[in-house]
Amino acid sequence: MRQFLIRRFFFSIVTLITATLVVFTLSRLSGDPLLLYAKPGGYGVLPAQVEALEQKLGLDKPLVFQYFIWLGQVVRGDLGNTLLSESPVTSVIGDKLGPTIKLGLAAWVFAVVLGVPLGVFSAVKRGTFLDYLGRGFALFGQALPVFWIGIMAILIFAVNLEWLPSGTLPSHEPLSVQWKHFVLPTIALGWLPAAVYVRLTRSAMLEVLDSEFVKLARAKGVRGQTIIWKHALRNALIPPITVSALVMASFLEGSVVVESVFSWPGLGRQAVESIFNNDFPLLTGIVLLFAVLYVVMNIIADLLYVVVDPRIRLN
Amino acid sequence: MQDALGTARTGGTWTRFKAQPLSNTWLFIRRWPIIPIAILVLLVLTAAFAPWIAPHGEQQSDLRATRAPPSFLNPEWYAERPNVENRYLFGTDHVGRDILSRMIYGARISLMVATISLAGGIIVGSAVGLAAGYYGGLIDEIAMRAVDAWLALPFLMIALIVAVTIGQSLTTVMGLLALIAWSGGVRNVRAEVLSLRERDYVLVARIAGASSLRIMIRHLVPGVFNTIVVLATLRVGGLILAEASLSFLGAGIPLPTPTWGNMVSEGRSFLNDAWWIAFFPGLAIFLVVMSLNFLGDWLRDRLDPRLRQLN
Repeated sequence: MRQFLIRRFFFSIVTLITATLVVFTLSRLSGDPLLLYAKPGGYGVLPAQVEALEQKLGLDKPLVFQYFIWLGQVVRGDLGNTLLSESPVTSVIGDKLGPTIKLGLAAWVFAVVLGVPLGVFSAVKRGTFLDYLGRGFALFGQALPVFWIGIMAILIFAVNLEWLPSGTLPSHEPLSVQWKHFVLPTIALGWLPAAVYVRLTRSAMLEVLDSEFVKLARAKGVRGQTIIWKHALRNALIPPITVSALVMASFLEGSVVVESVFSWPGLGRQAVESIFNNDFPLLTGIVLLFAVLYVVMNIIADLLYVVVDPRIRLN
Repeated sequence: MQDALGTARTGGTWTRFKAQPLSNTWLFIRRWPIIPIAILVLLVLTAAFAPWIAPHGEQQSDLRATRAPPSFLNPEWYAERPNVENRYLFGTDHVGRDILSRMIYGARISLMVATISLAGGIIVGSAVGLAAGYYGGLIDEIAMRAVDAWLALPFLMIALIVAVTIGQSLTTVMGLLALIAWSGGVRNVRAEVLSLRERDYVLVARIAGASSLRIMIRHLVPGVFNTIVVLATLRVGGLILAEASLSFLGAGIPLPTPTWGNMVSEGRSFLNDAWWIAFFPGLAIFLVVMSLNFLGDWLRDRLDPRLRQLN
């Protein structure tokens, strides 16, 4: 166990360095970040000013140096300043992290609350309307493009019916107003994982319901409902639980799309904006955070296997 | 097969088999993935013969009929405008280009991007899995850690950055998707090879003096071929979705070229008065991806039921 964790920790570091190095190099390839401030040789721009700016941003040194300087700062908890607003990257990320996490949690709760019971019903009432409902729901969730769900949801519920707002999160409003803003993005982000939960729960339930101990419980005369919810579901929950960490990690990618569709004031949209603004300190910071979360979630997923199912041993 | 077992267990359904000859068609449809295959064949044909099928050019715009509604939903709109000669089945966009024609040309792009990137990704991924499983040891360790690291990269963001820095183009998108595709199947192929390489026929081949390369290509590849086919089918849908997402975020194939993703993206600005611009291309993505998933599941159950744990 300890050996496993040490190994994973070591490889996680390698992964993080790879990810940030890739982003670091790429963001410099895209043309001079200086262009955001001043075009060298442009009207009213003195060469001395450009040089001073270069020095201030550390762009006059070779790329490898820049990377190590950045790495040194990261270790000390400093991600630098954004180019656009010159405020610390950490504080920008701090501002935007809240809405992203809230949305992620909402989507996860939506997925579990809808997906797991639907999976159970779908397995127990196999071949009936409920089964087809569950499988259809999963089928749609896996094939519908996330951004299209979002756009169609806006079209139907915001534009035509005018029931719900089409996006954004008014952070100063009380929760009684805010919840409406959560509904559509939550569905858009949560449908795919809900589909995953339906499928996993359904196949696990089918397997468990066919096992010897369930037959024994039936033969003993245990109530049907008790068998389903107590004996079978507990065992069938292993795959859904272990996949949860990966689902959370996938929200990072999903949030990029969903937040763009719903103008959500979160990290995903900020990432897209910083890419198009070529705001490299902010961008590298966000990618670093995403990669860290991703790696941590993956380790948690591996650990969950052992915690939930003691039969599995890590090597 | 699963259904047959299930119905046999509950009993009573066997009589339905005999009593109702009408349900034979229904059973046939349930047993064979007719509808998904029909949709996919239609897609391939449309893509191949796009210039002959499309009623209008992909860039041909009719400025008298901008944002014209779908003709089958709103014929009155056309009746009120005698100077609009054409009937646009799925409507037109903000500059009067036919949505249907653009979708037909878009099918080409989607299909080409998905197939080429998939082929590249699958070949590289299978080769890595094969080598890792066959040689074991250090090669295995390096390959598997590389896959782990690769899977932990926030890919959509890296793809966005690459598309913005290197520039949006067809080749960039295909390259990026191939980079996504390769890592997925490595583990499965490796696991398969690990068990295959201990088989007697492989040992016999080695005793007979066959080289490692020959053993891998002649004796191991056929053994893992089913796995590869199933993985590939299950993965295409994801690639099509990824391409669409990239196009949607403005980092896919650049704009005048129609793809389903960037058509949806364009239509987003006109949701108020022209919902069809975003609706039909998205519907097409959905249908195609759903068909591919269906077909993948079916193939998996047929060829390689062990992969069931995959999803």
